[in-house]
Amino acid sequence: MSEAARAPGGGGHEHPGHLAHHFDDPAQQVEAGKLGMWLFLAQEVLFFGGLFAAYAYFRAHDPEMFHYAHKVLSWKLGAFNTLVLICSSLTMAWGVRMAQLGKRRGLIWMLILTLIFAGVFLGVKYVEYKEKFEHQLLWGRNYDPDPHVLEEHGIPEDVAIASLPSKTAAPAETPSVEAAVPPPPAADGESTAHGGAGTAPDEGPAHPPENLHIFFGIYFALTGLHGLHVIAGMGVIGWILKRAVRGDFGPEYFTPVDMVGLYWHLVDLIWIFLFPLLYLIS
Amino acid sequence: MSKHDASPHVVPVKMLLAVWGALVVLTVVTVTVAQFDFGELNIIVAMAIAAVKGSLVVLYFMHMRWERPFNAIVFIASLVFLALLIGFTLLDSTMYQPQMIPHYAPAIHPQ
Repeated sequence: MSEAARAPGGGGHEHPGHLAHHFDDPAQQVEAGKLGMWLFLAQEVLFFGGLFAAYAYFRAHDPEMFHYAHKVLSWKLGAFNTLVLICSSLTMAWGVRMAQLGKRRGLIWMLILTLIFAGVFLGVKYVEYKEKFEHQLLWGRNYDPDPHVLEEHGIPEDVAIASLPSKTAAPAETPSVEAAVPPPPAADGESTAHGGAGTAPDEGPAHPPENLHIFFGIYFALTGLHGLHVIAGMGVIGWILKRAVRGDFGPEYFTPVDMVGLYWHLVDLIWIFLFPLLYLIS
Repeated sequence: MSKHDASPHVVPVKMLLAVWGALVVLTVVTVTVAQFDFGELNIIVAMAIAAVKGSLVVLYFMHMRWERPFNAIVFIASLVFLALLIGFTLLDSTMYQPQMIPHYAPAIHPQ
């Protein structure tokens, strides 16, 4: 790359075709691209961060709700999908290596494998979503499952019934605004907020958590946003696959493969945190 | 490290496979550990394992180990701001506790 790289900005057409004219040399172009990509990834972390903050808030204030609601999720499917994404990260990182070494066929196969793993991930996600939509295990007022479905997942009967909108709407159980404000919060508002996690998780609670729908709201928001990122990732992997087939990449120029790889690893990274937070609440 | 060093770092296949193996093992560990109850430490243990897994992904799969330090600062800054966001949300949220009515959500459960 020596002659081409040394060509000055305004010096005719000796520079490589992939070098944009506002960069001095390919190295500067690569570094600028990487900085831009890391800034984008930082933005992605904060983009998801709002939802993680919502998760932290609700889990800190109502740990029982998370304890019971998470039983509906299948940890086996979650763990399987975690392994699938780890494998896809391996093939993506291997693909970047292939591109760096100029192995066109190897790069193409690694990208195809990554796409297959991504497809498997979405397929498992579809199975999980389908079950929840069928049983109305959804967010907000769309939450209206058959209590027997909840009991099949190991949720105690009283908790299952208390979580249903039809039951909470019964006049005897619904506190009026005036009646509910003074007694419990003023007395132990702080202590329940801080010590609630470890105190009484096992016996049937005196106040069964009624808002399991909040867990499903958070579940669908987090996994849905992550799923959109997987779909977008498949799109950009497909785009560099097309360019790899065309022979665009080699040891001199593989920045798009590198950048798509960084994005894909971030999608894996977020799932690494989502899996224990949603599926493994003990 | 020098500014003129344009040659990229190519991660050896053995290292890629070792990182992949470690991620698989840590996934098994986090599932296994979740069967035991450590009380309030549960979430800390789970997040610690996830942090180790995430670090492996960032350092090796994302080449951060061989990256220019400035890019690492950009990424770590986002994690610091994420910690501030979550930390201050949790600190501040209890201020509204006396105004909250347990299990009262008329917008979702109309009376």
